[in-house]
Amino acid sequence: MSNSVAIVGVGYTPTRKLTPEVSYKEMIYEACVRAYHDANLASHRDIDGFISCAEDFLEGTSIFDEYTPDQLGGIQKPMHTISGDTLLGLATAVMNIRTGLQQLVVVEAHSKASNIKTLDAILHYATDPILTRPLHLNPHFIAGLEMQRFLDISKNTLEQCAEVVVKNKRNALKNDLSTYGTRLTTREVLSSEPTSTPLTQLQHAEPTDGAIVFVLASSKIAKKMNRTPVWIKGCGWISDAPSLETRDWNRCAYAALSAQMAYRQAGIRNPKKQIDFFEIDDTFSYKELEHLEALGIYETGKSGKALLQGALDPDGKTPTNVSGGSLGMGHVLEATGGFRTLEIVKQLRAEAGPRQLDKVKTGLAFSWRGLPTTSGVTMIYSQKGA
Amino acid sequence: MRMNLEGTSLKREDIDSKRVLTTRFRSNAFYAWDTGRGIGRYLQGLKAGEIWGTHCDTCNRTVVPPRIFCERCMKNQVSWVKLQDTGIINTFSICYVNWDASRVEEPHLPAVIEIDGASQGHGILHVLDEVNPKDLKIGMKVKAVWKRPEERNADITDILYWKPY
Repeated sequence: MSNSVAIVGVGYTPTRKLTPEVSYKEMIYEACVRAYHDANLASHRDIDGFISCAEDFLEGTSIFDEYTPDQLGGIQKPMHTISGDTLLGLATAVMNIRTGLQQLVVVEAHSKASNIKTLDAILHYATDPILTRPLHLNPHFIAGLEMQRFLDISKNTLEQCAEVVVKNKRNALKNDLSTYGTRLTTREVLSSEPTSTPLTQLQHAEPTDGAIVFVLASSKIAKKMNRTPVWIKGCGWISDAPSLETRDWNRCAYAALSAQMAYRQAGIRNPKKQIDFFEIDDTFSYKELEHLEALGIYETGKSGKALLQGALDPDGKTPTNVSGGSLGMGHVLEATGGFRTLEIVKQLRAEAGPRQLDKVKTGLAFSWRGLPTTSGVTMIYSQKGA
Repeated sequence: MRMNLEGTSLKREDIDSKRVLTTRFRSNAFYAWDTGRGIGRYLQGLKAGEIWGTHCDTCNRTVVPPRIFCERCMKNQVSWVKLQDTGIINTFSICYVNWDASRVEEPHLPAVIEIDGASQGHGILHVLDEVNPKDLKIGMKVKAVWKRPEERNADITDILYWKPY
């Protein structure tokens, strides 16, 4: 297992709706120094490579990787950007380390969503300029289309989707990093402002600010650096055909196939039994159920009932988004999968405080790139490694 | 034999007469970047007609524009230092091409100006004026020409330009 890679350090800022007191560089610096301290790094000069997860259009700066070395201590070192979620950056770091050329790699992701004044317009630019943009629809309509079809095919219900919101915002109350923890009823969720039906406002995760930095190490040095390394046992990433005209609205292939790729690497045959808890994308309420089913944790149409029976609660059989997920913590753009991973790291290190789960050894993180994409990444983390 | 690779170029009338399919939208990408503590204080200084840098107590280095952490030692033990509004030209260019590729009569004169009081080699990017481009030299002493106080807006254009002195 000399090829194993572990997370040996993590640093972060709380997720907040507004962060006017810091620039994005200062926010990343704050997360960075905590991560290096957590990893017991003697010096940032020991790091072999840096990966920043950022999308130029969200930053408002072209060639954004030119703006990331300073705050990470990465000047005059190999650095590149991954235009995708943190999990894709972590998967890239795993590959970098497995080449044998790098032993210690840093992955950074952040959101300054509060600085983007026209976020919906930026999403609009992700749609086809000839076939879709001229229709001038707010891009959230795509989530409405997807949810409509998902409910029709799976027979999960609107109430069950609303219950996802109730659960995750309730879980967030036990997470001191979260911003949107609250007690709600399904009725309140369903009677909030309609957006793109069947979605209502409370079923959307809110764009939020935050930064997160991970330090990854090869098995050769991981145990020396940290007494409780969190091992990356599998990572899979898939992009499906994204066109709105021809995509398969009946199934969530990107989640299913990325999970299969990760399961193969991790030697997982029965994910429901072999994985103790799940931190998965819930950008919209229905996404949690859709993703759980695609990941093979529940059969089609069974996740909603399981939710109502409490199986997705922290004390249930398949705890899901104990952190509060994006509905409870906020959607931190490309940092979203990073904050899902953070919860797994905390749980596996037994550092989750009031929401600590009993006897958890293996966790799954799943991220979706967001509207209008059909791409996702699955990561399997474990206490046991090399 | 010469291959004909010239293709058919589009003409304005092709678009106006809708002979080709076009789609049109106005860019709607707007941002309001938080300047944070480092650049925020720097810009407030400009409004007051002052240039501020930060000194890293570990590396013994003064940088401008200021930052609240040092990218070399990664510590945040920095102190604020008021610098001069004079400096020397580190490098410059005489630019005859506008951003849209049109020619300009009066050339633009961007320069990196090492600010007096900052460590050697540390300076800001700005523009020069009141100088014959032919006279420009690396190492030339220049000073800031400020907007009138009531016109300043806490941004980099609170300094109009730099001129030799």
